Amino acid sequence: MKFSFSSEQEEFRAAVRRFLADRSPTKEVRRLMETESGFDRDAWKALNSELGLCAVRIPEAMGGHGFGFGEHCIVLEEMGRALLCAPYFASTVLGAGAILNAGTPMQQQALLPGIASGETIATLASTEDGGSWDAAATTLTATKSGNRWQLNGHKSFVLDGHSADLIVVLARAPGSSGNEGLSLFSVQGAASGLSRRALTTLDPTRKLAHLTFSDVEAQLLGEESKGAAPFEKTMIEAAICLSNEMVGGAARLREDSLAYAMMRMQFGRVIGAFQSMKHKQADMLLEVELAKSAAYFAAAALDEEDADIALTASLTKACASDAYLQTAIHAIQIHGGIGFTWDNDTHLWFKRAKSSEALFGDAHLHRERMMAQMAAPAPASNATA
Amino acid sequence: MTEQTESSVRAEVRAWLEANWNPDSGLVDWRNKLMDAGWGTPHWPTEWYGRNLPVGLQPIVEEEFKRIGAVGVARVGIRVLAAATILAHGTDEQKKRFLRPSMTGEEAWCQLFSEPGSGSDAAGAVTRADRKGDHYVINGQKLWTSGAQKADFALLLARTDWDKTKHAGLSFFIIDMHQPGVSVLPLKQMNGHATFNQVFITDATVPANWLVAGEGKGWAVATTTLMHERRAADSLRSWGAAKSDRPGRIFDEERAEAEIALAPYKWYPNRAGRIDLIIPRAKETGKLDDPAVRQEIARLLTLSKSAEWTARRARSAQEQGRPQGPEGSLGKLAASHIARAAARVHTLLSGADTLLSGADSPHEGTIAEILISVPATSIAGGTDEIQRNIIAERVLGMPKEPSIDSDKPYRDVPRNGAG
Repeated sequence: MKFSFSSEQEEFRAAVRRFLADRSPTKEVRRLMETESGFDRDAWKALNSELGLCAVRIPEAMGGHGFGFGEHCIVLEEMGRALLCAPYFASTVLGAGAILNAGTPMQQQALLPGIASGETIATLASTEDGGSWDAAATTLTATKSGNRWQLNGHKSFVLDGHSADLIVVLARAPGSSGNEGLSLFSVQGAASGLSRRALTTLDPTRKLAHLTFSDVEAQLLGEESKGAAPFEKTMIEAAICLSNEMVGGAARLREDSLAYAMMRMQFGRVIGAFQSMKHKQADMLLEVELAKSAAYFAAAALDEEDADIALTASLTKACASDAYLQTAIHAIQIHGGIGFTWDNDTHLWFKRAKSSEALFGDAHLHRERMMAQMAAPAPASNATA
Repeated sequence: MTEQTESSVRAEVRAWLEANWNPDSGLVDWRNKLMDAGWGTPHWPTEWYGRNLPVGLQPIVEEEFKRIGAVGVARVGIRVLAAATILAHGTDEQKKRFLRPSMTGEEAWCQLFSEPGSGSDAAGAVTRADRKGDHYVINGQKLWTSGAQKADFALLLARTDWDKTKHAGLSFFIIDMHQPGVSVLPLKQMNGHATFNQVFITDATVPANWLVAGEGKGWAVATTTLMHERRAADSLRSWGAAKSDRPGRIFDEERAEAEIALAPYKWYPNRAGRIDLIIPRAKETGKLDDPAVRQEIARLLTLSKSAEWTARRARSAQEQGRPQGPEGSLGKLAASHIARAAARVHTLLSGADTLLSGADSPHEGTIAEILISVPATSIAGGTDEIQRNIIAERVLGMPKEPSIDSDKPYRDVPRNGAG
């Protein structure tokens, strides 16, 4: 297992950071978060034409760069730092991830090059109105007549679901239950019978949609009724990728609140000179660095196809959820009254911390999953914890 | 001198070991041979038992020792700090007298820095050293001294000038522990063990030529000692783990040495919280199915694994010769959080058994010992509060704590027991 980044990876990180500093200053974040689509087409094009970021983890044979999660997570960490408003996570982690995990080689060949180039924006629709992150809670049905599939039901909390061109949908065979009868389908964003409504989100930089399917035509991805395993794999990847995005945001908040503490004068000195502030900053550094270590380890473990990856993913997501939110709480507190104002930028990251905490399951849920993994370890696993 | 490369050093040490290593020799004889050849402490200067070996090439020597199974010099405990300090600041006479027997293991050392009145603030020492002709007379009390009963000599921090400021009034001495003015009393801890001692010093004497680096230079010298402390603690652990179980006179002697050196630290794993016992305990108490307990266990394991990976990140940066990020300074603070969280979970798991100790308590008293040993973790080797100051000031660049006692004669500084 590698515990440090190579100099090539560090250079790549620096290039992504420069691009985002230029393209996603908070002024731009504030502009885009007020729009319905939530992103800027020109910036999205530049992100792909200049740096090829959507292609990072897609295999070379399918128009990608063929890098691993290590590199993909560097991009996500930097995007979390910059609070980039774009459907990047939805398209590359969820959409492309599900297609890579579930699709046949021919389907991958057909669908992935568009995602890699950024021309197609993809997402994954799995959660429903009940808000469960568990595949078994799926009620949306897929029925087959001849060679044609039709989807009926609803999906909610779909990341960038209102703007995606391609939606991977988790559906079940009528009459099936639990993890049986689940399949993944691809659906065109403009398909007839699909109605999409942008949801009002607590975190305006994270766009979600509610989708209603009535007799929507869909293509089966991979094998019928074999959707549970690739879906779980995609969610494990998503938890780890999100954790990396989260530690980027947490680190940025920590650094910004330190800079503020070193600049803000009260009682004749900078507030950073007070021991209560120094100790808080030390605690914040500890918490953020621990969460970073877990996120980096987990990304490397994905690349190495570690047998304990489900346990590692849940540990990492629980760690990042607690660390990001706690850092955000401290950051607002350090800024004092000004930190509670709309014009101060801290709340933008605070809200991202909150939405990230809940997305794909909160720390409580992931701690329970950790324990379930440990109580019944996979036969070939060498225990991580 | 020709340049030392990885392959030249490896070839040289290998040839020497193959020609000289003899597991049937006595431990001290063998170590004297090592000191003469410069392979016991190859990173030391050539004129003092070393070979000027760059630090980066040291692992090569260690690998070759391991390969052939040869025993090294005595590298455990305060003797390492003593040798490093004397090497850096001592006179030639002091180096000649003390370096060799420290490394052969013939002479043991302890460290007389902390006092009842100065814990985190070690420079606030009030043990006095008064010059009388060709010697100094020492009076005072020292605390938290490990290995004092077995020590032949000690590194002593004492105040020689009360009219100078706090740091400028300190001097550094080597003191003979075997004299009537020095008495050692074990310090019983809240967990019943006595790893450390109190050392009472009443009219003890130190020859004037055992002053290290001159009067008033004590704090600078002590800083060197403290810098080596962390490294010494690490080597103590790895050395303890690497002990050989092979038969042979030299190995017997080395094992006996280790037994004595490590005996006071037997409870140390328990103060760290014994994460390894959490899942087995949860299973045997039937609480592995309790949702509230599961949350707490998962929290603890998340903390402990992320701290472990953070330490691996720090080590990895070091190995690659890159500047260490902030992750290198966080281990001690993380260890405190882990120990406390572990004690909480052990209490949850033990229920009413938390009330018991010794043979009546689970795992022959181990669980009880965890609960009453954990408070040491956030204090020993620098309290959490001091660690947070260090992280804030040195890693994050935040303002230093005001030093209100450093700019006046020390006799005028308010201090414990001085009214």
